[in-house]
Amino acid sequence: MAEFTLPKNSRIQQGKTWKAAAGARNIRRFKVYRYDPDSGQNPRMDVYEVDMDKCGPMVLDALLKIKNEMDATLTLRRSCREGVCGSCAMNIDGTNTLACTHDIKDIKGDVKIYPLPHMPVIKDLVADLTHFFAQYASIKPWIRTQSPPPDRERLQSKDERAKLDGLYECILCACCSTACPSYWWNPDRYLGPALLLQAYRWIADSRDETTGERLDELQDPFKLYRCHTIMNCTRTCPKGLNPAKSIAQIKQLLVEREH
Amino acid sequence: MATDNRPLSPHIGIYRWQISMVMSILHRLTGVWLSLGTVALIYWLIAVAAGPDAYAAAHTLFGSWFGQILMWTWAFSLFYHLCNGIRHLFWDAGQGFEIRTFYISGYGVWIISTVLTVLAILFVYMHGSPP
Repeated sequence: MAEFTLPKNSRIQQGKTWKAAAGARNIRRFKVYRYDPDSGQNPRMDVYEVDMDKCGPMVLDALLKIKNEMDATLTLRRSCREGVCGSCAMNIDGTNTLACTHDIKDIKGDVKIYPLPHMPVIKDLVADLTHFFAQYASIKPWIRTQSPPPDRERLQSKDERAKLDGLYECILCACCSTACPSYWWNPDRYLGPALLLQAYRWIADSRDETTGERLDELQDPFKLYRCHTIMNCTRTCPKGLNPAKSIAQIKQLLVEREH
Repeated sequence: MATDNRPLSPHIGIYRWQISMVMSILHRLTGVWLSLGTVALIYWLIAVAAGPDAYAAAHTLFGSWFGQILMWTWAFSLFYHLCNGIRHLFWDAGQGFEIRTFYISGYGVWIISTVLTVLAILFVYMHGSPP
């Protein structure tokens, strides 16, 4: 059942303001969600004044500048800083995206940064993705075959390979799933857009021989059919993919095999 | 590692409202409102069957300014739910998922359902007999 308000321990309080160094002329304010599990206190919003004359262009640059020069306790995940690893997925300026590929100039006013929405928070901007990856494992994301192995590779034509375009690029950053109101209200039973796109990626793979079983697994009122084509997923995907379309394609395959 | 005390990150309160989610929730709301409208319709039918006095009472209720506002909301709900429902049929057929198409069809639904509502209201007030 949809729970629109935050539980008591999750309500956000006002935090500290960290002033920019004296003499900074080009200041932008970053309002960042902070939660310290050791403090026993509720999450808070800290405000950091960042000197943009001495900061890189992306949101991740600003966050790392804050961590390096102002407040070393700020905690976040990051790795590749070029939109490939998906670690720095967070809610920036109201929508989910990767901090490393989001230009600060595209944001008007104060830059508000939260962890991925409707997730348990481990610390600051780090959401607990355990459940998300358990759901990923549940769709068996690998090639499953029944025929005996050929002498060499299992070959794929160029056309068959082209069917995976727009699917294989998914980096599992969880931006889309945590942008989906349906996933917010049913995270335990609905698989969410990211993992349904992944499920379709293996259905669409010509080398996989268990399409029927995969469809059986998905034929469920919650796992698949909590998708109501809200489209927040496609709107927010930092890689420009279309999870909503993949979900529609699974639904179509389920209809087609009935007839 | 204790995990049960972890706070829940904010969601609907901080997510920037998208046309996509507004139109989806409005589809749900208009659907619920139309279901309630059928109850009003049944009340009206019973009033018609029950004789002149009951009908006059129903007529006064629906003809009051409040009743008329309700009728307009039901008219808009009907047209919005119809137009967006057709949009859903295209999605079920796997069509219209590109962001650009999605927005064009979305604004189309807003415009067509508003125009149809205005036309319906004009038609009723010009040809019908509002009390």
